[in-house]
Amino acid sequence: MTRRAAIIACWGCVLAIAAILVARAHYITDLSAFLPARPTPAQRLLVDQLREGPASRLILVALEGADPALRAGLSRTLARRLRADPQFLTIGNGETEFLETDRTLLFEHRYLLSDAVTAEHFTRAGLARAIGRTIEDLASPAGMFLKPLVARDPTGEMLHILDELAATAAPAMRDGVWMSAGGERTLLAAQTAAAGSDTDGQERAQGAIRAAFQAAVRADANPAAPRVRLTMSGPGVFAVTARAHIKQAAMRLSIVSSCLVVLLLLSVYRSIPALLLGLTPVATGALIGIAAVALGFGAVHGITLGFGITLIGESVDYSIYFFIQSRAATHGSDPTWWRRRLWPTVRLGLLTSVCGFASLLPSGFPGLAQLGAYSISGLIAAAAVTRFVLPELVPAGFVVRDLTPLGARWARRLEAIRRGARAGLWATALGIAVIALAVLVGKRERLWDKELSSLSPVPAADLRYDALLRADLGAANVLDLVVISGPDEESVLRGAEQVAPVLRSLIDAHVIGGFDSPANFLPSLATQRARQASLPEAAALRENLRGATADLPLSSDRLAPFLADVEAARHGALLAPQALAGSSLSAGLRALILAGGDHFSAILPLHAADPAAPDIDVARGADALAAANLPNTQLLDLKRESDALYADYLHEAIRLSLAGLVLIVVLLAITLRASGRVARVLAPLVLAVLVVAATLAACGVQLTILHLVGMLLIVAVGSNYALFFDAHRRTGDEAGAPLMLSSLLVANLCTVIGFGLLSFSKVPVLEALGLTVAPGAWLALVFSALLTPAPAGA
Amino acid sequence: MRRAFALLLVAGLACGVLSTRAAGDGLDELMRTLAARHHGEVDFIEQHFLALLSRPSESSGVLIYDAPDRLEKRTLEPRAESLLLSGNSVTVQRGTHRRTVDLQAHPQILPFVESIRATLAGDRDALERIFRVEYSGSAARWMLILEPRAAEVGKMVRQVRIDGSGAVLRHVEIFEADGDRSLMTLRERAAP
Repeated sequence: MTRRAAIIACWGCVLAIAAILVARAHYITDLSAFLPARPTPAQRLLVDQLREGPASRLILVALEGADPALRAGLSRTLARRLRADPQFLTIGNGETEFLETDRTLLFEHRYLLSDAVTAEHFTRAGLARAIGRTIEDLASPAGMFLKPLVARDPTGEMLHILDELAATAAPAMRDGVWMSAGGERTLLAAQTAAAGSDTDGQERAQGAIRAAFQAAVRADANPAAPRVRLTMSGPGVFAVTARAHIKQAAMRLSIVSSCLVVLLLLSVYRSIPALLLGLTPVATGALIGIAAVALGFGAVHGITLGFGITLIGESVDYSIYFFIQSRAATHGSDPTWWRRRLWPTVRLGLLTSVCGFASLLPSGFPGLAQLGAYSISGLIAAAAVTRFVLPELVPAGFVVRDLTPLGARWARRLEAIRRGARAGLWATALGIAVIALAVLVGKRERLWDKELSSLSPVPAADLRYDALLRADLGAANVLDLVVISGPDEESVLRGAEQVAPVLRSLIDAHVIGGFDSPANFLPSLATQRARQASLPEAAALRENLRGATADLPLSSDRLAPFLADVEAARHGALLAPQALAGSSLSAGLRALILAGGDHFSAILPLHAADPAAPDIDVARGADALAAANLPNTQLLDLKRESDALYADYLHEAIRLSLAGLVLIVVLLAITLRASGRVARVLAPLVLAVLVVAATLAACGVQLTILHLVGMLLIVAVGSNYALFFDAHRRTGDEAGAPLMLSSLLVANLCTVIGFGLLSFSKVPVLEALGLTVAPGAWLALVFSALLTPAPAGA
Repeated sequence: MRRAFALLLVAGLACGVLSTRAAGDGLDELMRTLAARHHGEVDFIEQHFLALLSRPSESSGVLIYDAPDRLEKRTLEPRAESLLLSGNSVTVQRGTHRRTVDLQAHPQILPFVESIRATLAGDRDALERIFRVEYSGSAARWMLILEPRAAEVGKMVRQVRIDGSGAVLRHVEIFEADGDRSLMTLRERAAP
């Protein structure tokens, strides 16, 4: 077996193993990329909520156009259709009507469900008070509905239950449905059965809403009905649009940029085999990168697949350097020239990049750690392929187009500039650095965007519309929650009941406007049992009733059905969750209880005290809960918690990147062994990063973790440029200079095209990466060219 | 004799025609008078005579009307409560609890609210769409007897009688299908 065959066979084996690993890898696209590797219980709770809590299941629906009355009719038809669809747990549109089955269920079990049921309630005084109120109610506008129930329910338990179930604070109403205060939008709130992280399920649910709306419009006799527009918002809607968006944007951009890069390389190489060979390092690197992540982490995050390939774009450069610089006529016949003269520089560039990306590895943000692992293994693999495999694959006597004339032209221009400016270049560089630093220091307060939403692929306009709808709905803020954890449904329901008095005191203090609780739909068995036990025996009740009604206009003779119902309730079965099946109570309960194996959570969303100011004073709420000292009960501010988590990641990433910079300095100091050279290699890179960061900051862009990753990329790509100039200066190889320069130009052009196109993306994360890397890479080349002095011999 | 009978018949017919025409004219005139008033605020006392209760229950408060379609019945005694009719929705508020229902979805509420609102608005079309309207009396002292046309509207209310003088309503009496009855007496607001 020849050496060539052995190398190719070895490469093939590695590729095959990697392919198997990639094919068998487990891919996860949910939010666990954001869950810290070792989460605290609060962080796990947060991610659970983001993944499947009520906030994640909420779809806000707005109808706009035509007149409010027409929209109100459509809202009712739409809600009726959606309520019949099992894909939705609840549909709120302001109609407070309960289904017939619900009313029967509530009425039959009123003595288990009403929190007014205590032993005191059925004493002579208690009965007199309750029945007195019912008599007053009879004279009220609601009295007409009450009248038929009085004989069985003189204490008004049914009305009490309905009052408790009705939302405490509701959005503005018009024509019987929710409407924005200005009347321009009719609103519905849908809770999906699918978890927020189930993007396919969310997509189906949104399709169902669209279809139901179209059917409602068709069924409406009003000719203006087709003028009503449907819009949806909420986390699930964002997830679905973002997925389509990213898919589309990534696909379109990568097709366009691939075409451009391929055209460029074709015009340079003038050889299709060379083009294909040139792509082998990238392809190998991408495959090995995923395989390494799968091996090291057990599962690959979607974010790694999405961004990884852009991070190893540098590996295209390796083959460009190889092809163009090996072309030099003087070396073309010497196969070891590449290995002896170019490889050490490429290797050092690779090591520099590895040091940079290694700073991502210890990140507590699994997404970032995976990107680090992917980049490192991908780059090493690509470099190894360029070093060992590519020379063996190239057919004998193969040469690409000679770019010496192009390079020579640029070399002369560069020389002219360098000679004209002399020492002024370094002074200018220093000046630029000072200005950039001044800008960054001036903006330091608002330099970094510490909100998780900055990573969100959702366009700002959509977020503003979402905020508008949430303000319209006012009460339906599901970002502040009390979460109670426990081993079973009964324990979390009991927890929800225990926290209710604390929350009611917060309502009285105007800290919150109200709260939802699963216990409103179904009290715990313990509570039901206690209520049942508080019902008096038939004889005692009859006696108390007679006494209570003595002074009332309602004779106890008419209340025999009441006595019979109470007696039945004393011996009836308790209400189990299964008994609620099919009712809207069950839907309400399921929306507020998360079940996962032996871990249950009850969710109590808090309503803002003032719909106009939806922010709740979480600190006061947390204090009140802490004072009550309830076990397994926590107040969770989803936005604040997730921002805090992200801010932690960001701070850690900044610290680690600085550590990476130190590592690069150490690496360069060891290999270059001269402080002047280290400074010359680093200066262009640091300058490029500073200028890009300062320009972004000056333009009002707040930097995110993706900008930081972009800066690492500038250093990774740019280090090759600086090292090539440095190597050239040291060797003084005049014949090779034009080819080196043209290879750098081609490589840089590829990078600028690829990332430049990303910066046109509407997806913020892609845009951030593009806006950082494209100008940064270009600047790194310009600064490297200008700041490296001409070879000593010239 | 036969001739006299025929005459009587003709006279009776003519009388009937004449009186019907007079009623139509009187109702139109009343409607015009009522429609000219765009805002009204009166005290009310309402008595409910329920078979269930051995003595009538009583409530009182303020009735506020704003043209064209807003009617608020604000009960102050024995317990604060408000009923607001606006457009097609009825909102009942008791303490912090508020419930809104749609009139179209609950036509049985119409006699309780639309009878008063359409009368105050002087909207004869709206009245006649829902009720058979019988007018009697004079502009100075008139009475309307309203009977629901559709069965589902009349599920809870058999008849509504409204009387008044000029543009002022005096009484609204509602006869419910189960024999219960309520009588609302309206008075110009007492000076504060």
